Amino acid sequence: MANSVEIKNLDLNFGAFKVLKQLNLDIAEGEFLVLLGSSGCGKSTLLNCIAGLLDVSDGQIFIKGENVTWVEPSERGIGMVFQSYALYPQMTVRGNLSFGLKNAKVPKAEIAKRVDQAAKVLQIEALLDRKPGALSGGQRQRVAIGRALVRDVDVFLFDEPLSNLDAKLRTDLRVELKRLHQQLKNTMIYVTHDQVEAMTLADRISIMKNGVIEQLDTPEVIYAKPCNKYVADFIGSPAMNLFTGQLEGTTFTAEGFSIDVGGYEFATETHSDTTAWLGIRPEHILTGDAAHTATYTGTAEIDIVEPMGSDTLVWVNFAGQSVRVRTDGQSGLKSGDALTIGFDAARLHLFDMTTEIRL
Amino acid sequence: MADMTTNTAADPRGPKPKRTFSRANIFLYGTLIVVSMYYLLPLYVMIVTSLKGMPEIRMGNVFGPPVEVTFEPWVKAWSEACTGINCDGLSRGFGNSVRILIPSIVLSIAIASINGYALSNWKFKGSETFFTILIIGAFIPYQTMLYPIVIMLREIGLMGSIWGLVLVHTVFGMPILTLLFRNYFAAIPEELFKAARVDGAGFWQIYFQIMVPMALPIFVVAIILQVTGIWNDFLFGVIYTKPATYPMTVQLNNIVNSVQGVKEYNVNMAATLLTGLVPLVIYFASGKLFVRGIAAGAVKG
Repeated sequence: MANSVEIKNLDLNFGAFKVLKQLNLDIAEGEFLVLLGSSGCGKSTLLNCIAGLLDVSDGQIFIKGENVTWVEPSERGIGMVFQSYALYPQMTVRGNLSFGLKNAKVPKAEIAKRVDQAAKVLQIEALLDRKPGALSGGQRQRVAIGRALVRDVDVFLFDEPLSNLDAKLRTDLRVELKRLHQQLKNTMIYVTHDQVEAMTLADRISIMKNGVIEQLDTPEVIYAKPCNKYVADFIGSPAMNLFTGQLEGTTFTAEGFSIDVGGYEFATETHSDTTAWLGIRPEHILTGDAAHTATYTGTAEIDIVEPMGSDTLVWVNFAGQSVRVRTDGQSGLKSGDALTIGFDAARLHLFDMTTEIRL
Repeated sequence: MADMTTNTAADPRGPKPKRTFSRANIFLYGTLIVVSMYYLLPLYVMIVTSLKGMPEIRMGNVFGPPVEVTFEPWVKAWSEACTGINCDGLSRGFGNSVRILIPSIVLSIAIASINGYALSNWKFKGSETFFTILIIGAFIPYQTMLYPIVIMLREIGLMGSIWGLVLVHTVFGMPILTLLFRNYFAAIPEELFKAARVDGAGFWQIYFQIMVPMALPIFVVAIILQVTGIWNDFLFGVIYTKPATYPMTVQLNNIVNSVQGVKEYNVNMAATLLTGLVPLVIYFASGKLFVRGIAAGAVKG
């Protein structure tokens, strides 16, 4: 498959501060790529560079094989949706949708056709003659998506489009966005700090930190095999439990327990003995009967119980630290009870103590 | 069982009762009344005096209402009062002031709004320095620039003409108006500007189609500031014009301060009220927006 967007050795500095450092990224035709990271990691900056709203300090950007590094935003074949919707308040919805087309001198009949088409796709036909001020948040964001849609672009850029919406609406629109992508099959680049959005929408996720891509892979791989401790800690809610300890041969010894990691799939064939982080996700800690057949079985005292309906998050004291365990929603556990917990070697994560890279 | 629906001191329920004649209220409203009297009394004296004839004024009852209401002084102030050799009253000055005011407002606001828009949205290398220099302009005393401007206007042949004064007002309005517009445009979300750029709009399209329609309140504020400022200007008017092009304020001064003949207090009062009418109408018509204008103009020395 041909690459839709290619970013080569991109640098962006604000004065002496390097926001993006030698960044390389290839995005395939029709791919839904999510740029994920905490605030200040450079994800929105990267999106603005792709859109042409920021001048890059060095490097090149290609869209559809064409070098667009110096090209105006409107001529790059991109459409952009912003967090704050950025609708023109004095224009009607129709005016908002057709503004870009009018600027591009598209004939009137064609404009009307495309606006109607986009309105149909997004189900905003009834709103066309209203002003943005008379719309709800969800409707506004649909109009903002429509504005990108009518321009018939190759690449859609989304800058945290759902962050201003309430939780329920966010879930609804998320599904709609996914449906829209399946229907249109455009390349979409989506910036978010919400890992649920990233996991549910993405074909591939690019996790960024300090202007560098930490890991670029499918959601499944990022969840199952995070390439370093940062990604492991960032993805997953509640976050992964981490223990420090010593890895010798296939035995990991931490303060208070020791586990045979023979069943763990190491990233490299051979590894030397080292100090390391052992990680296990709360949902992978076994409890009850299943715990007894696990690679390691131990007991812990329950500290706090947080029932959430579908499941229960239990904080236990284990190996001298607070450990999160996710269990069944109807567990009936109480604070002070003893809980049998089990770790399965195949579901562990090991990271080197100094480099923090997956072992 | 106690009756739950009655309010007794022992069982507070619902809104707390308020006393109308509390000490705080008396103090507050008393102060407000005294202050309004202080400001309104001179206006009252001016209005009643302008409606009296000279014999009635000579009797000396300054605060008394006119026994015989006459509009003679108003007519005289408008169309007959003499300044120097011209005896066509304030009407000439009014015409001049209008001809100075309108181009000054249009020019200064048009240029300042574009300045403000460019400085907040199209930042260029050195734009902040440029802006700082412009703002410093607001703090230089006008007096230091009076004579250099006389020379400049003479060199370009506009000394004494209405357009010379228009130019002066436009230039002197620039710092404060640019600041006003820049701050307003800076408060408009940047994403809107970005969206317009993605939509292929250029400098002027974004200005006219996105920014100007959103900036109507600040345009009104700027107009209020400029109308009152330029209309009330005396210093520039007296220096850069000649008798034929004197604005209304200068002409008013010449009528009121004339040393020849009898002092016609009623005509003077009428003339002053006539001159103050334009800013007064603006104050009353613009209401809340005017307060915003005052707040924005608070930085103006």
